[in-house]
Amino acid sequence: MSVGGRTDLPVLLPFRPRGSAQGPAFRLRARHGLMLAAALTLSVGVAEAQTAPGAPSIIATILKWTPLLAQGFALNIAMSFLAMAIGTVAGFPLGLGQVSLLGPARGVSWFVTQFFRNSPWLVLLFYCMLLMPFEVSIGGTIVALPGWLKSTIGLSLPVMANVSELVRGAVRSIPYGQWEASEALAFSRAQTLRMVILPQCIKRMTPPWMNLYAILTVATPLTSVVGVSEAMTLTGDILSSEARTELLVPLYLYLLLWFFLYCYPIARATQALERGFQVR
Amino acid sequence: MPQWTPDQPLIRILDVHKAFGAITVLRGVSLDVMKGEVICVIGPSGSGKSTLLRCINALVTIERGSILVEGQEVNDPKLDKLKLRRKVGMVFQQYNLFPHRTALQNVMMAPIHVLKRDRREVEEQARKLIRKVRLEGKEESYPGELSGGQQQRIAIARSLAMNPDVMLFDEVTAALDPETVKEVLFTIRELAEEGMTCVIVTHEMGFAREVADQIYFTDGGVLVEHGPPKEFFANPRDPRTRQFLDQIL
Amino acid sequence: MIDLQPLWDWFRLLHQTSGIKLTIFYDAFDRARFFNGFLTSIRLMGVCLVASVLIGIVGAWLQGTRFRLPRLATQAYIQFFRNTPPLVQLYFFYFALGSYLKVTTDTGLSVPLVSNFTWAAICLSFYAGAFNVEIFRAGIEAVPRETVEAAEGLGYSRLKAYLYVILPLAFRISLPALNNNLVNLVKTTTIAYAIAVPEMLYVANQIWSDESNVPEMMNVLLIIYVSLVGVLVFVMGRWERAMRVPGYMP
Repeated sequence: MSVGGRTDLPVLLPFRPRGSAQGPAFRLRARHGLMLAAALTLSVGVAEAQTAPGAPSIIATILKWTPLLAQGFALNIAMSFLAMAIGTVAGFPLGLGQVSLLGPARGVSWFVTQFFRNSPWLVLLFYCMLLMPFEVSIGGTIVALPGWLKSTIGLSLPVMANVSELVRGAVRSIPYGQWEASEALAFSRAQTLRMVILPQCIKRMTPPWMNLYAILTVATPLTSVVGVSEAMTLTGDILSSEARTELLVPLYLYLLLWFFLYCYPIARATQALERGFQVR
Repeated sequence: MPQWTPDQPLIRILDVHKAFGAITVLRGVSLDVMKGEVICVIGPSGSGKSTLLRCINALVTIERGSILVEGQEVNDPKLDKLKLRRKVGMVFQQYNLFPHRTALQNVMMAPIHVLKRDRREVEEQARKLIRKVRLEGKEESYPGELSGGQQQRIAIARSLAMNPDVMLFDEVTAALDPETVKEVLFTIRELAEEGMTCVIVTHEMGFAREVADQIYFTDGGVLVEHGPPKEFFANPRDPRTRQFLDQIL
Repeated sequence: MIDLQPLWDWFRLLHQTSGIKLTIFYDAFDRARFFNGFLTSIRLMGVCLVASVLIGIVGAWLQGTRFRLPRLATQAYIQFFRNTPPLVQLYFFYFALGSYLKVTTDTGLSVPLVSNFTWAAICLSFYAGAFNVEIFRAGIEAVPRETVEAAEGLGYSRLKAYLYVILPLAFRISLPALNNNLVNLVKTTTIAYAIAVPEMLYVANQIWSDESNVPEMMNVLLIIYVSLVGVLVFVMGRWERAMRVPGYMP
């Protein structure tokens, strides 16, 4: 069976969406942040116009609440880091299981991956929040499981499934010749994976992995629905306590700006990495 | 199992059959390779040449027949593949160097991790081999920085580092630019002249004529005929052989 | 109509013997409202799927025009929707913008002009549409200039070349990414819960609050959603395979 048989005339150019189908675009630019800031300024202006005389200005109100919002946002970030870490650590072996030579291992890994990939994130969050116990005993000591931790675990489940798919895709994208050459050099399958295949996979996996992190970060506000007191919840609380309708648009735009400013460097970094890897 | 001695064939292939699904690729192929012999296998595409090579070092399992390498049956399900692959080295058409390691590391990897040899000894041998394939100075280059011919020579050095008893070459110059083909063929010829047993699948007729002890012609999964190069190219007996040679010479 | 009463009775029996409380089967009221929630979910998913594809097509076209304004506007739209949390977008639309879109009925009540279902549909369609624009753009750009030139050399007008050569190719190339995005859209529709759209998750919440059968309802929800998405993934996968361009490996 001869290897190759490829024509070198490309029938089609490579398919390169800017930014993968799920994550922030790689063409995230400062000007977009400026646009958002401009929208914010405009809405603040409009809101100021509607402010009843004697009431504190919109800008002052937003600034007053910024420290609290920052605390909430910090929780979002913390949850995103933790969920990403747990999901990656769990997803890697799952992905390797999907390419295992053992039929049962492959089947189980595939099923678990598909199950958590096909579940809506919010439903998984509900599931974890409502059905996980509020405390567990590990080796005699009782450890309380706070709401944000249960939510984080809930978020790590789809991350795990996505990482598993990333790993599987990356392993399968390594040309078959690499496996053959390693076999011919008498490497065992485990050695081949460890020394030849996986090191090459790590590079290819990094941009989509970073993309996944961005998706996860913009998914953390979902935890507000199940009662975690993060930035989104706090925004709602602020609005109820201030009870001023003209605050609605500026404050939500302000919250959107926070997320935008966090995702921007990540998108730029991912963009740079992807460019670096495409130059072969 | 009787101990193998050099007066017996190094490789003995007997009536091998191999099919991939519904397509039969090898239909009863038999050939012998003695130690020190250089065999060239030629034939049209799809005639089963590459598959035959892959059967010899157990990258592909056969349905029927037997393959003995130094007396060890390759078709045995209990075969120690790793032991076989230390004896049989293979170089591929697509070089398949590991792109994330330097040339020197590529050559050193297998002896260290598979044969568990001493690192310094392996490095010394690796540098010698790289010198031998005339790529001194390129030890720290990555495969992506080398030309096709250079990569292929590193691939040869990599296989040689395992100290095999026989080397298999699967159309190793087919993917190269014409300018670099010569340097690779030169390397292989040197190896052959030093006494390495080689089984070479190739399209390079001139090279085959110079270097081979025996030429085998396959067509449609069968070994049609074979003979020493002088006779083979001058007086092909079978009409299929004649047709093939007319097309390419 | 098949009489399913024996089936419902079996679930009642299940509750009596094992304590597994699945009122959505044996209680007519819960059954009806859960089914309606299911239908609302399906409706929301359907509307969003179609609308987001249309938005993607229009957006891809706008991105390719010569004029700066539509191009920049489309870019701004895409960046906004792709880099901000969909839930916050939803709240922004429903609460913030919705607060300005109130009409006063005859009785003097202030009622929102746009229902929460509509807001959810709009927001989710634009959210998924933003990704679709990029996907369609990339598909079109993957068709090399030479192919376009070849088509024109054969006498095709620009428009015909697009219709018969470029768009069919672009579509086949985009299909895997598009499917991925549509599957994600279907999963994301659950956020409509947050603005009290009576879809499956919301209704299930009501039921388990009334009946105190949280584990049962959560499991049912999970199974239904996973199956629904699984069916979509399967169907899309079949379609993708049928539409694959032989020999092309992106």
